Amino acid sequence: MRKLNHLFTIAISLATFLVVSAFIWLLWDLVAQGLDKLSWEFLSQAPKRSGREGGIWPMIVSTLWILIVAIAVVVPLGLGCAIWLAEFSRRDHHWQRHLGVVLDVLAGVPSIVFGLFGYAFFCVYLNLGFSILSGGLTLACMMLPILIRTAEMGIAAVPNEWRQAGAALGISRTTLLRKVILPYAASAITAGLLLAIGRATAETAALIFTSGYVDRMPGSVNDSGRALAVHVYDLSMNVLGGDQAAYATALVLISLIIAINLGANLLSEYWVERRVQRL
Amino acid sequence: MTSSTTNKISITLAVWSKNLSRDGITKMVLGLIASVAVLLLASILFFLLLQSWPVLNTTYLPLFFSSDGWHPLERKFGLLPMLWATLAVGLGALVIALPLGLATAIFSLYMAPAPLARSLNLIVAILAGIPSVVYGLWGLTVIVPIINQWQAPGASLLAAMLILALMILPTIAITTRSALSALPISLQQAAASLALSRATTITQVLLPAAKTGIRQGVLLALARALGETMAVLMVAGNVVQTPQSLFDPVRVLTANIALEMAYATNHHRAALFASGLLLMVLVSITLWLAIERTKNTTSARPHA
Amino acid sequence: MDLRQLFNNYLTLLFVGATFLSASLANAGEQRLVLTGSSTIAPVALEIGKRFEEQNPGVRVDVQTGGSSRGIADARSGMADIGMASRELAASEQDLHAFPIALDGIALIVHSSNPISILSNQQIIDIYTGKITHWKQVGGADKSITVVNKAEGRSTLELFLGYFKLTNSQIKASVVIGDNQQGIKTVAGNPFSIGYVSIGTAEYEASAGIPIKLLPMNSVIASVATVQQGEFPLSRPLNLVTREAPSGLLKQFIDFARSDAVSDLILDQYFVPLQAAKKP
Repeated sequence: MRKLNHLFTIAISLATFLVVSAFIWLLWDLVAQGLDKLSWEFLSQAPKRSGREGGIWPMIVSTLWILIVAIAVVVPLGLGCAIWLAEFSRRDHHWQRHLGVVLDVLAGVPSIVFGLFGYAFFCVYLNLGFSILSGGLTLACMMLPILIRTAEMGIAAVPNEWRQAGAALGISRTTLLRKVILPYAASAITAGLLLAIGRATAETAALIFTSGYVDRMPGSVNDSGRALAVHVYDLSMNVLGGDQAAYATALVLISLIIAINLGANLLSEYWVERRVQRL
Repeated sequence: MTSSTTNKISITLAVWSKNLSRDGITKMVLGLIASVAVLLLASILFFLLLQSWPVLNTTYLPLFFSSDGWHPLERKFGLLPMLWATLAVGLGALVIALPLGLATAIFSLYMAPAPLARSLNLIVAILAGIPSVVYGLWGLTVIVPIINQWQAPGASLLAAMLILALMILPTIAITTRSALSALPISLQQAAASLALSRATTITQVLLPAAKTGIRQGVLLALARALGETMAVLMVAGNVVQTPQSLFDPVRVLTANIALEMAYATNHHRAALFASGLLLMVLVSITLWLAIERTKNTTSARPHA
Repeated sequence: MDLRQLFNNYLTLLFVGATFLSASLANAGEQRLVLTGSSTIAPVALEIGKRFEEQNPGVRVDVQTGGSSRGIADARSGMADIGMASRELAASEQDLHAFPIALDGIALIVHSSNPISILSNQQIIDIYTGKITHWKQVGGADKSITVVNKAEGRSTLELFLGYFKLTNSQIKASVVIGDNQQGIKTVAGNPFSIGYVSIGTAEYEASAGIPIKLLPMNSVIASVATVQQGEFPLSRPLNLVTREAPSGLLKQFIDFARSDAVSDLILDQYFVPLQAAKKP
């Protein structure tokens, strides 16, 4: 028995070690190729010579704006849908099953198809043109299935006894949601949101067709703006001699992800603490 | 107004205000939101159908399965080799990523001291956020030449499986960790009181209890794997053929769409969208199989 | 903060956002040129656009990608003012107007460690159709040849097929690639491969230390110089396409893009500016 336990521990540790090594290997190559290019000028200037010189500041701004639009749309939509699915719809209702299938299937649609859909629907049909708005909305569509699924799981994981206790106390379901269920599920919801944001920030194909290619500083959400991931793609695939800048931009992108993750985790911890204290 | 009328009005108002309670509003609002979400997602499906309409008829559909090879400009639309390639890449990646993802989650939750766990979580989060083009670039410049030394040409099914596994394991790790940490502590306490070893606790008690959440993560990961475009395009070789060995270059359905969409017109274009539809059918079937197989086992919410 | 306050804050945010949006719509006073199409031309078009904006304040030049076919379709439908196409116009596209701004040669590349430095046209055809499978058969090492081909629809592929009089189904490729860079990286990572890419790209990468070398075609050395002199047999034009004969701002821009004022930008991307080139 002891032996099995040992074997298990070793296997798990080995597997984790494998993952970490792969990560270090990848990061090492990125850093080795791109670190030289990183500098304050790189972060704060506009690109010159198709991005081989100058910086990526307009891209950083565009990416942030696209994310803001995407998050502003996907959080209420996704969370609302997830809560409805987990709490207010009947368990066996065919609506729920159909929606579940639609969501899972959509999580597998290739990003290029989302890009083409986004172009046809947001850019052309809704006449938003190549813009940050179109890009953000398209990303929201991509993030929606991920967020709904993970949030729904998080909410469904709340123990039933708590709901029963709430009913026994006579508090409304709305209050129960706000004060008890959502705080409990907050970490799961945050994890789902961060997963979705990670997916969105890494997205290239969908954004090329919607928020576009223009590398200028966007004046508003109506302007076309190049996202960081699109810039990485252009530098590595289309621009001669752009490799170094591509890796450096990738490093900036990764730092952005880290910042968002740390920030979100801090925020959700804070929110849960406040709720718990108030209770 | 007579007193009976005012009574009736006040009773009606009272009934209304009771129905228009907080919960009623909440339910309505949420229902509305859910409908918008559903509509949005349905329109994507509608879009795909619309775009592939020109080939969704009896003249063209059989061509997808009977043509000799994929040469759209010569009216040959043989999709089967790419279909097998897509399945092989996706399932292969999942087979690699599943144990690794589970292990990472288990290690960070149950075996690592807090600072190590936090670093591990950060590493996984970073892996989740690396753009697919970076994975593809790294795969092309590092992994493919290594495989090439073993067996030409290097850009192969194996390369795609490895890179894709690296890309989807964060999804599995994150959702598994989420599912496991949502379990009530009473489960662990009960296992401890029964003097179960850590291995047994994790494999026989905790993992099964979190089964629904984990399965959800696995499905998300598989869906992501089947839908991944850029990275696979750069490392898989893109030759349209049914893979006979791990080292054969293959083309998956998504890479096909990405490679040719920009240059396709008319029926070629519609055929590409149709292959997108096929991909969705594929994902649906995989999901349905996964759900059906676990239907009989009750994976209910954890009880204390 | 309770639900009502949260909701109110959210509405306020949306309202502010909407105002922001409508304010920016008022910006539509300035003149705008939209170019879409080939991602090969896009980087140089972007730089030309920036220089044009500097010299003509109040004008905005927006460049988007999407591929040569998209460029032509958008030019025709009016979605874009100018379509960028990295090829000649097809027979069905003769109703449009094409204005070449540069030339781009196509040559075969092999790994720099490969002892072979010249191949005849027939040998190239045989390699690509699978009749020759080992480098030994053309005087090289006893290793199988990894044949790198471009994906269907690409103008580079069409040019290659047209020159060697082949169809795509005749080609037996080991690896199929999309962009030039992918081709370069594939050949650089595989000592026994052969592929074809844009000459400018290959020349630049080779000089930057990437282990590839260009093969001459028809005994003409593959270099930007020979394309410029019109000696190299395989090249394609980079075209700006419009629906009607251009006038006003459109004409100004197209003339600008074809003038000496931007040949340094074109050379910077390793294409051949048109004035310097002599047609064969």
